[in-house]
Amino acid sequence: MSSIGTGYDLSASTFSPDGRVFQVEYAMKAVENSSTAIGIRCKDGVVFGVEKLVLSKLYEQGSNKRIFNVDRHVGMAVAGLLADARSLSEVAREEASNFRSNYGHNIPLKHLSERVAMYVHAYTLYSAVRPFGCSFILGSYDQDDGPQLYMVDPSGISYGYWGCAIGKAKQAAKTEIEKLQMKDMTCRELVKEVAKIIYIVHDEVKDKAFELELSWVGEVTNGKHELVPKDVREEAEKYAKDSLEEEDDSDEENM
Amino acid sequence: IKYKKKKKEWQTATTIIAVEFNGGVVLGSDSRVSAGETVVNRVMNKLSLLHDKIYCALSGSAADAQTIAEMVNYQLDVHSIEIGEDPQVRSAATLVKNISYKYKEELSAHLIVAGWDRRGGGQVFVTLNGLLSRQPFAVGGSGSSYVYGFVDAEYQKGMSKEDCQQFVVNTISLAMSRDGSSGGVAYLVTIDEKGAEEKCILGNELPTFYDQ
Repeated sequence: MSSIGTGYDLSASTFSPDGRVFQVEYAMKAVENSSTAIGIRCKDGVVFGVEKLVLSKLYEQGSNKRIFNVDRHVGMAVAGLLADARSLSEVAREEASNFRSNYGHNIPLKHLSERVAMYVHAYTLYSAVRPFGCSFILGSYDQDDGPQLYMVDPSGISYGYWGCAIGKAKQAAKTEIEKLQMKDMTCRELVKEVAKIIYIVHDEVKDKAFELELSWVGEVTNGKHELVPKDVREEAEKYAKDSLEEEDDSDEENM
Repeated sequence: IKYKKKKKEWQTATTIIAVEFNGGVVLGSDSRVSAGETVVNRVMNKLSLLHDKIYCALSGSAADAQTIAEMVNYQLDVHSIEIGEDPQVRSAATLVKNISYKYKEELSAHLIVAGWDRRGGGQVFVTLNGLLSRQPFAVGGSGSSYVYGFVDAEYQKGMSKEDCQQFVVNTISLAMSRDGSSGGVAYLVTIDEKGAEEKCILGNELPTFYDQ
């Protein structure tokens, strides 16, 4: 769908006659052009999966990470302009660090996402700056509050989720996520399902090679957010590839 | 030539105590405010509210202690609305500690912070000189020196709410009878999941010990 905002889209400080701020909508389009990132909350933790498109064979493996550590117990997966996302991860880190310095304990995720969302929103008010061209998913695990998952988009709103997806294949990913019974799953089971969803939504024709970035935080990691260990990742990727082959086979039978 | 003596600062040289029990805390204090040898107020309540279920006990300079308590009360009000739930006792203690430490050269006050939150239950924090330490019980003020032996000997882990209240009253009473800077009535605050309950015990209702 293309909408032209002739004249009303030159700066974020202008509304269109039908009440839209086009600059913010264009920022969201920048997110939709980026590859997919998903985050799912389960019974005892949160798992992130990112489809990291590899544009050149010369890239070092593991570079240009799209999952960040905001605090020991908080992880952030991003989609959109990577430079904007890096700058926002610094903002989030400072918020979390200042909170701990002032109040003596870990920042509650709801509060962190509201603070960062307020910051993102501020950049949608003025013509002197442009909105951030990235969405991100924040996840954490805490003994008392359990797993939490929040998503912030370029308009500066934050939502709490059980499962969410951002990026080019977000609709397809959401459909797959809705099939899962995440409230009854553990992190170990969920890691495999997340890998499978990324493999399913990856478009082999348009985008060739991709690297799967997986991270988790939950009881299994004692509340610390970290990239999934190599053996777990390999097991998850194997499960994902095997499931895809099975589906291909079953398609052939029907023909 | 008239030599004007500098006005003596009001001190709540004092006895304060806070004890943790399973499910809450009990705070206690005496009620004497002195300026040198004069008792300026004999019925001051040194147990100050920081939030619904978090109180602090004031000692040292009366002005310094009260001001710190007011500032932290304000900061906790804002904080609890921002996070959408009751603040943790640790947050209140950290806020007090941050002020006490930053201005430690200018201030002369020691606040004991104690309260109840849903995560940690009853908790007592000491913020003397800008440190932050959680303890099962804490005493402070000039009168505390006289009762360290008593509290060390009599404190037991796992006391009930009523035992704690009696322990606090006994301690305050002993300190008041030996410390010239403590006296008046005893104030008690008991905090648990349901809320905070304030109580005042008049001089003639306080327990007496062998010398009285």
